[in-house]
Amino acid sequence: MPATEKELAETIRRISGVDTRKCMKCGKCSGTCPAFGEMDIHPHKFVSMVEKGEIDELMQSKSLWTCLSCFACVERCPRNVEPARLIEAVRLAVIRRQGENYLKADQIPELLDEKLPQQAITSAFRKYSK
Amino acid sequence: MKFSYYPGCTLKTKAKDLDAYGRRAAEALGITLEELPEWQCCGAVYPMAKDEIATKLSSVRALVSARDLGNDLVTLCSACHHVIKRVNGDMQNDENIRTKANNYLQLETPYAGETKVIHYLEMLRDVVGFDELKKKVVNPLKGRKIGAYYGCMLLRPSKEMQFDNPENPTIIEDFIKAIGATPVLYPFRNECCGGYVTLSKKELAQKKADVILESAMEQGAEELITACPLCMYNLDANSTAHKLPVHYFTELLAEALGVK
Amino acid sequence: MSSLHKIGVFVCWCGSNIAATVDVAAVAEAMRAEPNVVYATDYQYMCSEGGQSRIREAIKEYGLTGVVICSCSPRMHEATFRKAAQSAGLNPYMVEIANIREHCSWIHKDRMDATAKAIVLARTALAKLNLNQPLTAGESNVVKRALVIGGGIAGIQSALDIAEAGYEVDIVEKTPTIGGRMAQLDKTFPTLDCAACILTPKMVDAAQNEKITLYTYSEMESVSGFVGNFTAKIRKKARHVNEDLCTGCGLCQEKCPSRKAKNEFNMGLNTRTAIYIPFAQAIPNVPVIDTEQCIHFKTGKCGLCQMNCSAKAIDFEQQDEIIERQYGAIVVATGFRPISLERFDEFGYSQNPDVVTSLEFERIMNAAGPTKGQLVRPSDGKHPHCIVFVQCVGSRDTSGCGKPYCSKICCMYTAKHAMLVREKYPDVEVHVFYIDVRTPGKNFDEFYRRAVEQYDVDYIKGMVGKVSSHGDKLQVQGSDLIADKQIIIDADMVVLAAAIEPDPEVRKIATMLTASIDTNNFLTEAHPKLRPVESPTAGVFLSGVCQGPKDIPETVAQASAAAAKVIGLLAKDKLKRNPCVAHSDEMLCNGCSACEKVCPYGAISYMDKEFRVPGPKRTEIRRIAVVNEAVCQGCGACTVTCPSGAMDLKGFSTKQIMAEVDAICR
Repeated sequence: MPATEKELAETIRRISGVDTRKCMKCGKCSGTCPAFGEMDIHPHKFVSMVEKGEIDELMQSKSLWTCLSCFACVERCPRNVEPARLIEAVRLAVIRRQGENYLKADQIPELLDEKLPQQAITSAFRKYSK
Repeated sequence: MKFSYYPGCTLKTKAKDLDAYGRRAAEALGITLEELPEWQCCGAVYPMAKDEIATKLSSVRALVSARDLGNDLVTLCSACHHVIKRVNGDMQNDENIRTKANNYLQLETPYAGETKVIHYLEMLRDVVGFDELKKKVVNPLKGRKIGAYYGCMLLRPSKEMQFDNPENPTIIEDFIKAIGATPVLYPFRNECCGGYVTLSKKELAQKKADVILESAMEQGAEELITACPLCMYNLDANSTAHKLPVHYFTELLAEALGVK
Repeated sequence: MSSLHKIGVFVCWCGSNIAATVDVAAVAEAMRAEPNVVYATDYQYMCSEGGQSRIREAIKEYGLTGVVICSCSPRMHEATFRKAAQSAGLNPYMVEIANIREHCSWIHKDRMDATAKAIVLARTALAKLNLNQPLTAGESNVVKRALVIGGGIAGIQSALDIAEAGYEVDIVEKTPTIGGRMAQLDKTFPTLDCAACILTPKMVDAAQNEKITLYTYSEMESVSGFVGNFTAKIRKKARHVNEDLCTGCGLCQEKCPSRKAKNEFNMGLNTRTAIYIPFAQAIPNVPVIDTEQCIHFKTGKCGLCQMNCSAKAIDFEQQDEIIERQYGAIVVATGFRPISLERFDEFGYSQNPDVVTSLEFERIMNAAGPTKGQLVRPSDGKHPHCIVFVQCVGSRDTSGCGKPYCSKICCMYTAKHAMLVREKYPDVEVHVFYIDVRTPGKNFDEFYRRAVEQYDVDYIKGMVGKVSSHGDKLQVQGSDLIADKQIIIDADMVVLAAAIEPDPEVRKIATMLTASIDTNNFLTEAHPKLRPVESPTAGVFLSGVCQGPKDIPETVAQASAAAAKVIGLLAKDKLKRNPCVAHSDEMLCNGCSACEKVCPYGAISYMDKEFRVPGPKRTEIRRIAVVNEAVCQGCGACTVTCPSGAMDLKGFSTKQIMAEVDAICR
């Protein structure tokens, strides 16, 4: 039986290790995020939606695939909330489901170019596939 | 001075220069870098979730192997450094991860983060010393205006990486001075180049790289240096306008030491 | 155990504070069964008049020789209950408090466990009480003079009020002038009157008041003694200018060739000479030589100031002077400073001169400041067209980089700055990034709204993530949470509302005074609500930001409150002393001096005394410790140090403590 939204929210909090209640809603994460423009749900809202348990919508969010894991939000948050950890946890909740990989091996050849380092492929696989 | 050395996958393939120049320069500085036997890929990204154990094991193996050799561990690629340093932090501070990793690996002596992990640049700063380095430079890169590109992985999160001031770092600028060139400060030197997103969203990564290059050029940089193959790709191959030459810092180090 | 004791036990409900967690009736019943207890009851509020009269009546009716009150912390109401007992004819030191609130009901959840623990605590108090002796408090004199540490608006106000009541006051100020932070400000919210116009008359009053002595450029060396009888040593640092001879003409400043020192008064925005008066209205109007900058002190040459001083006031040989004085009361008014922004480099403060702190901006806007009040950029002297203010820089920050508290004054001064800019330069665009706008205070919210509604200041709910230089502009990247957008503003200046923190000197001062300090270095009050201007150390009072962030009106109010407490203390001729002091059993003392060495108050001395001994010699002279009860504060350090068990503390004897331990372990 698939997990309920409430169970999912619990899982997200547990595996991220983030206490969303520490957030004072200053919005510095969204002020700092370099991928803000490509996100539909912005970092401050992402935190707030995890807090409210609105995980189903977050799992559909394209923010999961545009977060650069640059840790600027983590570094600059005045409350130690670590939004990037929440995004990673929701991303995992998606790709841990069977058939939900964002990046599949057969897509790779067309994405390659001569100079692309292995590191890019490995990173993307770790982030987007299970 | 002897260290264990973790090169990482990319330094064996697309970023052979980063590795080769790094080794040659170390030798010229009287430092022995012993490549770890049978190291495995670190995974390139740090698995942030608290329940990710298997994805951290290759880093733990490298750390254990350095400990068993009695060496500090030197890394060179920014991403490898980031992953191994943070996994080491988990082994020190996260009891759950430590217990599970140890249970899985069944080591003779359990591992609790004893290995000291330092990046090549930290080795230059803290072990060699930039003043000493300066003395060993035979071919100072006079007149070259170089922008340091730090990126994300070396600096953040600063509480874990403990590398430098995350918002106004100086280590690479100090390095540039030591090899006789002129560092050019620019505000985007610690902003993201687009990272791995370059694989699936080229344009997003391009935008990020362009902003960095523009910022560096505006402040008068004529070339950039980096410690990361992915940053190198994004800045050098993936950016659109405003091309600036981008080098690995080890290449310039080798050049200055006359071993290029 | 003395069978002569008749003890009453009173268990307080404290409304539901205790009674919700502790079965108070069960505690009373359990105590009724204890030996010596002749009466036990419970009541809703023991501290109320009804509760106190129950104590008084029971003392009379049952002829009680001692009373145990099971209630809140003795810090709260011990004095109340002792007074009640005394009025019924009982010695006040025959009252013991069992703290079943802070130590029990507030920290436990389970009613059974809490009740059991309350009974143990009550038995413990009873065990001690059984060994109590009636004590009589002695008296000590009060020195009719107060010391104020810090010469900002808080210190000045406290000193003026104390002097007004007719007592002598000394102000010790570490910088060369009084005036403090307020002297650096331009206009003050919410009325926009100029800080100098309202502060400088007070500074002059302080200087001219014959009851007030100013020790500027002076620091505290040490403080000893106790309430009513403090002894302070003050280091008057060498100014190298004779205050009695100097006329304040300022010629020395004009002639001084060393002009490279950062001007502290202008927050380093310009430079000053090595011999300098911090600002035109400084008090005293006497310069000081910065010996680290002075060419004469560095090379032995120059001496231009001395050659040009017709009053012959320059004295290169002048030495620090130590002044020792007695005081009855001490007011701490050490103030604040903005935090260092080195851990907030995302805002580019250390990388761009046009990113300034609010206090720097205050100097830029000030007619007497480095730009003569012209709003120009520090980098190129150009007039800015767009200014971004960032609030909460380092305040409400639990990441370890800043301060966890709200600095309280920033919302209002930012609104003030925004408004002043728009008033004087309507061409300048002003944006304010805020997390919350906090404006509790009379006419405060109206003030902030005026900035928005009348002066068109753009308030953006969000935070800045990064400031980077871009051409000759500052690119400010931040969030607009209402619009759910990331915005970029090309600004000419950025003003950071840096958190404030207590002046770091306060740590040293607090140690000297044995005054307690919290994790943020703010001084702790004796009670946060009911004794907000007193330190837990008797005779030490708190004035201004050293106790917590506050604005000028609040600071002045608190300064006057502290002064009222000082006046109340100095008005007394005698103070009741704490009778719980140390005493030495001369038959056990071996004269080792261990107690004398640990006594922080210098209350122990030694004397030779003749003792009768058996044998042919009949007497012998022995060296024994003697406690000066007027100086002893009852800390007990000597009792735990004494190797022969001769030292003991009245009211807290070793026997009593052991009886308490036995009662807990029973």
